[in-house]
Amino acid sequence: MDISDRTTLPAAFFTAGNSSFSEFLADHAPDLLPGKRAQPFPGSTPIEAPHGTTIVGVTHTSGVILAGDRRATMGNVIAQRDIEKVFQADEFSVVGIAGTAGVAVELVRLFQVELEHYEKIEGITLSLEGKANRLSLLIRNNLPMAMQGLAVVPLFAGYDLEADSPATAGRIFSYDVTGGRYEEHSFHAVGSGSVFARGSLKKLYRDDFGEADAVLACLHALYDAADEDSATGGPDLTRRIYPVIMAITADGFRRLGDQEVATTTEQVVAERMNTPGGPNAPMR
Amino acid sequence: MPFGYVSPEQIMKDRADYARKGIARGRAVLVMTYADGILFVAENPSSALHKISEIYDRIAFAAVGKYNEFENLRVAGVRMADLRGYSYDRRDVTGRALANTYAQILGTIFSSGAEKPFEVEITVAEIGETPAEDQLYRLTYDGSVADEHGAVVMGGSAETIGTALREGHRDDIPLGEGLRLAVASIAAADGENDRTISASQLEVAVLDRTRPRRTFRRLADAQLEPLLAAQ
Repeated sequence: MDISDRTTLPAAFFTAGNSSFSEFLADHAPDLLPGKRAQPFPGSTPIEAPHGTTIVGVTHTSGVILAGDRRATMGNVIAQRDIEKVFQADEFSVVGIAGTAGVAVELVRLFQVELEHYEKIEGITLSLEGKANRLSLLIRNNLPMAMQGLAVVPLFAGYDLEADSPATAGRIFSYDVTGGRYEEHSFHAVGSGSVFARGSLKKLYRDDFGEADAVLACLHALYDAADEDSATGGPDLTRRIYPVIMAITADGFRRLGDQEVATTTEQVVAERMNTPGGPNAPMR
Repeated sequence: MPFGYVSPEQIMKDRADYARKGIARGRAVLVMTYADGILFVAENPSSALHKISEIYDRIAFAAVGKYNEFENLRVAGVRMADLRGYSYDRRDVTGRALANTYAQILGTIFSSGAEKPFEVEITVAEIGETPAEDQLYRLTYDGSVADEHGAVVMGGSAETIGTALREGHRDDIPLGEGLRLAVASIAAADGENDRTISASQLEVAVLDRTRPRRTFRRLADAQLEPLLAAQ
């Protein structure tokens, strides 16, 4: 071995034909990968409430909305009031996560770098399904930790630039802990409150929703979830902590501003003063 | 060719000449500061094979010479930047660190590593919060790094183009004017053939300080045409 072996970057930096950041990490710096730090804890009890949250996604005629509540719980204690669980993945996609907050945030961070890395190396972004598949792989690699109770379950939504029309461009993908990927239609929710959110959306959703209606439906669904699930937080009007709402259309990603969300949330709460169960679905 | 002893000076000179010839054969790439950041202009008819690329939020890469060699370095640079940004923070990725790494690699290849030197010349550019904090690093085939200011020209006819460019250049030149100056400098170096260079023969990109996070942006033909046509 001569000095030149140590005065240049390791071979992993020069591997041709590979545009994946997580594969590069596995080759060069495996310690930085989230899944690789799982240590078996003999006889430990699983960590409580791994999925305490509600994330909802609703497609509409010009794209898709993803929204999440703000509560983090540790057993019966509210660990954080204003945690953010919905993140921009890139210009045309967002990901919301249910599960262990620390692991989830790290996974999202890796996912964001993975997408940007591919784009910089290849000169073109991944297709929406390509992105969904990469997320699948990251979740799959987290399975050892998930089996110890540190699970992460994302909800991925994006605008498919190759779709036939804007009405079909908004797409939602759900995952299980093994990384299995399932495309959902119209709307979906994940987390401990997802059952209630989905029930609410089942009655509220219409095929011809525009963006504003989709946002309103998300807020109602999150409100209904918080109404039934203690691990999901409702809007905190006193502290002005509202759900995080992200929108994607043909123009790209947009996070709804605090004022915008505040106004719509206050409307929802005002209506609920009269009908606490929310808008009635006509029986006939 | 002498069969016996060849002095180290001669070996190095031969390698340097070889690399320089390879670089001078290619078309020019110009890098210059402008009002909102740093402008890159390359004569490049190909729309798929790029000479100018994004490395990170505020860092870009421009190169001349042998494509597969500088493409290799580009990919290594992107990996390095993303690794550093991921393991520390996005703000911890610097153009200087990248330039130093490239200098090490090129130096090793030139002096001891490879059969032949890399026929490449690279500029690593980083925009700062203010124009005074902008950085341009020029790296040559033997691993020399130079900290440049204002404008850098690499590739064929670099000297002639550079003279023409520096005459008209100022740090806060507007984008359109800077672009036209670059194109005029390239065309002027051709001597008698006073040719007009169209948008489709150019590869143009900027590091634009006014953009939120990723400041790198390619200018498409449709955006170039009005800028080139204006006075």
